[in-house]
Amino acid sequence: MSDTVRVLVLAGNGINCENETAHACKLAGADQVDIVYIWDLAAGKATLDGYHIVLFPGGFLDGDDLGSAKASTIRLRHTEVDNKSLVSQIRDHVDGGGLVMGICNGFQLMIKLGLLPSLDGIHDPQATLTWNDSGRFEDRWVTLKVDPDSPSIFTKGIDTLELPVRHGEGKIVAPVETMETINERHLAPMAYINPETGEPTTEYPYNPNGTYLGMAALTDPSGRLFGMMPHPEAFVHRTNHPQWTRKELPEEGAGLILFKNAINYIKDNF
Amino acid sequence: MPHRIEIKLKNEFVDAIGLRAKSEIKSYLNLQADSVRVIDVYTLDAEPEAELLQLFADELCDPVIQKNSVDKPMADDFDWIVEVGFKPGVTDNVGRTATESAAMVMGSDVLGDSAVYTSRQYLIKGNLSFEEIESVATDLLCNTLINRFVVIKRDDFDFENGMPVTVPKVTVTAEPVANEISLELSDEELVNLSKEMTLALSLDEMQVIRDYYRRPEVKEERAAKGLSENPTDIEIEVFAQTWSEHCKHKIFSSNIEYHDGDTTENISSLYKTYIQGATKAVRENMGDSDYCLSVFKDNAGVWKFTDDWNLVFKVETHNSPSALDPYGGALTGIVGVNRDPHGTGKGSRLFCNTNVFCLADPYYKGELPPRLLHPRRVMEGVREGVEHGGNKSGIPTVNGSLSFDERFLGKPLVFAGTGGIMPALINGEPSQNKQAFPGDRIIMVGGRIGKDGIHGATFSSEELHEGSPATAVQIGDPITQKRMTDFLLRARDEGLMTCLTDNGAGGLSSSVGEMAEDTGGAIVELAHAPLKYQGLQPWEIFISEAQERMTAAVSPEKLDRFISLANEMGVEATDLGEYTEGPNLELRYNDKIVGMFNMEFLHKGLPQMNLTAVWEAKDESNPNVESSALNGLNLNDRLEKILGRLDICSKEYWVRQYDHEVQGGSVVKPLTGENNDGPSDASIVRPVLDLMKGVVVGHGLCPRYSDIDTYHMSECALDEAVRNLVCVGADPDKMAALDNFCWCDPVESPSNPDGQYKLAQLVRSTKALKDRCIDYKIPLVSGKDSMKNDYSIGDTKISIPPTLLVTAVGEIEDSNLAVTMDAKKAGDIVYLLGKTYNHMGKTHYFDMMGLEGGAVPKLDNPKKTIESYRWLHKAMKSALVASCHDLSDGGLGVAAAETAFSGGLGMKLNLSEVNCEDMDRDDFILFSESPGRFLITVSPSKKTPFEIIMGDIVKEIGVVTEEKTVEVTGLGGESVISCDTAALKHAWQKTLSFKEES
Repeated sequence: MSDTVRVLVLAGNGINCENETAHACKLAGADQVDIVYIWDLAAGKATLDGYHIVLFPGGFLDGDDLGSAKASTIRLRHTEVDNKSLVSQIRDHVDGGGLVMGICNGFQLMIKLGLLPSLDGIHDPQATLTWNDSGRFEDRWVTLKVDPDSPSIFTKGIDTLELPVRHGEGKIVAPVETMETINERHLAPMAYINPETGEPTTEYPYNPNGTYLGMAALTDPSGRLFGMMPHPEAFVHRTNHPQWTRKELPEEGAGLILFKNAINYIKDNF
Repeated sequence: MPHRIEIKLKNEFVDAIGLRAKSEIKSYLNLQADSVRVIDVYTLDAEPEAELLQLFADELCDPVIQKNSVDKPMADDFDWIVEVGFKPGVTDNVGRTATESAAMVMGSDVLGDSAVYTSRQYLIKGNLSFEEIESVATDLLCNTLINRFVVIKRDDFDFENGMPVTVPKVTVTAEPVANEISLELSDEELVNLSKEMTLALSLDEMQVIRDYYRRPEVKEERAAKGLSENPTDIEIEVFAQTWSEHCKHKIFSSNIEYHDGDTTENISSLYKTYIQGATKAVRENMGDSDYCLSVFKDNAGVWKFTDDWNLVFKVETHNSPSALDPYGGALTGIVGVNRDPHGTGKGSRLFCNTNVFCLADPYYKGELPPRLLHPRRVMEGVREGVEHGGNKSGIPTVNGSLSFDERFLGKPLVFAGTGGIMPALINGEPSQNKQAFPGDRIIMVGGRIGKDGIHGATFSSEELHEGSPATAVQIGDPITQKRMTDFLLRARDEGLMTCLTDNGAGGLSSSVGEMAEDTGGAIVELAHAPLKYQGLQPWEIFISEAQERMTAAVSPEKLDRFISLANEMGVEATDLGEYTEGPNLELRYNDKIVGMFNMEFLHKGLPQMNLTAVWEAKDESNPNVESSALNGLNLNDRLEKILGRLDICSKEYWVRQYDHEVQGGSVVKPLTGENNDGPSDASIVRPVLDLMKGVVVGHGLCPRYSDIDTYHMSECALDEAVRNLVCVGADPDKMAALDNFCWCDPVESPSNPDGQYKLAQLVRSTKALKDRCIDYKIPLVSGKDSMKNDYSIGDTKISIPPTLLVTAVGEIEDSNLAVTMDAKKAGDIVYLLGKTYNHMGKTHYFDMMGLEGGAVPKLDNPKKTIESYRWLHKAMKSALVASCHDLSDGGLGVAAAETAFSGGLGMKLNLSEVNCEDMDRDDFILFSESPGRFLITVSPSKKTPFEIIMGDIVKEIGVVTEEKTVEVTGLGGESVISCDTAALKHAWQKTLSFKEES
């Protein structure tokens, strides 16, 4: 049992959801939430040591100039502190049992670093995130269904939830066999669904990017690494919901559950 | 030899970018390509070892879906290749990022100062002629002002070596010198000099400058400093920047003799009299409850939000650059206005953007005058510019609109606004205060200086003509700016700066010039300025408007910490000299003095212009409606038709491509209702996530009314802005307004014969703004004017309709009490607040029917109107209102239809219940655009308390129905409208949905 849960929220170089993500972590009960600039990690003025949860928030790392989060994967691989690259720092954190969550651009960073789906612990990129079928950025709310058989500790106990997507490059792409493996091993914990049928869909606009089987998120087999395109930190209060003036909604936004799950996992396992 | 790295999507994967290009080739040019795929090209101007080069290529490539090749073409299956890159010196953001990556992968020693340049190959298949492909290149894929392109046919392609390698590197060899320029010239020569140098200075102004250099004391002082009697080019350029219409607002400050019939009025400065004057009067009336903190003196207005937080807001226009390059113009417009609130007071964190475009019909079929782009390209360009500027900066775009008029073909109007928030106290000092001290260092932060943006200020101070300089066009770099703002907020909180301001129009010349006013003078060493490439002249360095730069004043003891923190955070910060006690601003290049000004003369030496304004009232009598060609249409058809008009129809296509929720404080979004697609009147965001108090943002704009009377155009714009805020729950007693005037040239001249009338239109507009701000008790906190929105090439002259954008910013104490415009439940009672008058002049209805004349919409009793808003707000605070929607474009008919279909419900209305005056026609009651009105729905359970509060200012006119139709009973008791809401919604959505593209 850990009495204090410590969360690191990465910021800087184009990340732009650090404040609301840190806010969500506090609301969810984290004892210590630090917004840490990627620059301070690079300068060795901050490290991941001592944090239970590392959060990669949404944004436009390096402007997504070489493709979403691509330039920053180069940055993290080639920036060394004490002869250790920032990527290896992240892997040490994972090997130490910590959690890593990537949202939107943070998910794009994780998948391009090879942290997801990490089938069989391989760390070379096995899948990627690329352009929506529309070739356009879009901000719209979607309905998601959680796979109860997924190992993800983040989505435990959730059935369906509504969240906004705000991305141009949200389509999960991989060789067919990899996509099948992800599906068979329940490593896509969340799917875009058609609210009418309740079934996962590739139909626009329910599925904003056209991903196979409506996959909206990925986990590694351990369930401790998690990336999702929708923004849970953007629905932490009823007034965030686009129809809150029409519906009776609880004060707490549904997005908070993912952060609570992560924090409770740390409380129970550290 | 430079190397080409090509990155290509593996054939088995969908090429979304290629597909988008294919669909745009169809929808923009009506040409049919069978397929389009793209290859991204990185040209590296260096010679690393082969292994390193391959390593870099592999790093650039996404191995899961892409392949790469070095110095070997990957193009295989195509009929045509169009490769598009940038011209030398044009901002290449991807290239900049790739250069950083190259240094990380290959080592900065290997890379040296060489760089990576990007281009994109479009592999096009299809039966298209060379001319058609050239049109694809020049009319869609590139803007020849900033892009270079190559077109190659399959037969002519070298499959062995591929495209010739091009390195768009700027190579200027000219030695930096400051040239003397004699002003001892004839009047004619002075005028020519002003034109040749794009100084945009009048003869009088040239003479005033010449006479300054004739002063004995000036000659003496210059001699003492080793400067010749003649001015240097840098001095003349700085006068031109500082004295430009764009920076100095000469017309707004001029002496005006205003004639209205037999009466004549002398006005010294519209700005002081009506804009500052309005705020002064309002603040005096507010007394102790005055919430303004810093207005009309900093980059943006500052007022109190809570005891702990201050709000900062600014709205800018970026019209002229957007006319030449819509994407770059709008992008630099939004990232440029971001720097205003960010550089206000001690510096604020940016929490929302707004954007308003005034454009010509995107479906325009006529001939395009020279240098003008098709309105459809302008529209998509400015949209994408705001998308990238806002989204990549992590600032939600929460409010905006589009307004269409054929005259905006001559110059599109691009308004961009930004709100910021800062703690009331920073390190114990009020955050709105800033002050540079003698001895402080002059530090330039952010991007580097290039020739881009030279003469932006002077070029936007004149009409668009053949000679308009391409260097005025720029492309913004959101990521460089995001790094800079991250850093500056950290530096602010560590108390590392005494003063901070933006490098906007005029570049260093205005930022250093302004801050030097604090201390009295400055000494600037221009050779220290970081450049994008060598060979800039001293004057170019000083006036370049290259983007993403701020200037800070830093005390010497904090300098090291400031610079090292900047460098740690990937931001360039450079010491350019020192603020002094003055009295001169001294410019040096490698220690040699190249220019010197007396600060007093530079800022106060400009003579006030004397202008004449003559007002001619228009005939406002109603025409014969039956004479309209559309008289055959019944009211159902007319309602559908009006809902589909460009100004009124759904703008969902835009809103969806803007991130309007980032930062987590979204309460009322631009789209609302049962299917998240109804048009919100205003947006609410919570900038401080721990508070439920929200900031409400909206605007008003009605240029059409200017053709009758700009006085009422302006009062309607202000009233609409305020009404939009009140609709969602803002408190009418705690609002601030921003004014942005975009006018056609109001200075009479042979080429502008009706200048005196246009100036009278400006006078009446500012008068109205003052009158209504005082009635409504709303201070103007910031504003901007743009006075030369004309196009004149050959014998074509296009002048925009006089346009005032009023942006209003308000508060809602408890966001849980916000109200949206969508009908909520069947059975809810429909009320109309306000009186409907025979105001049909320039309404959408008359415009659609092709009818001239009619009375312009106006406020009958402004004091009574604002009072009614207070009662409505009281009802909202008691949670008595289910929905509220403002009546503006298209009047009651449009508001009722929108309220019904946004709620997925229907509505029954009885026109004989409507409170009107002098109205005996159903169509007039439905489509009158009288201001001051709201359509409100209320649950039957709240009828009594609602009516007790509202009294006779509301009238029950109908009911919300389960059945999805709009049913309207006319004055004669018969049904005049009976229409499915589905049909109405379809008409409203289809005009600008561009469905074929997605």
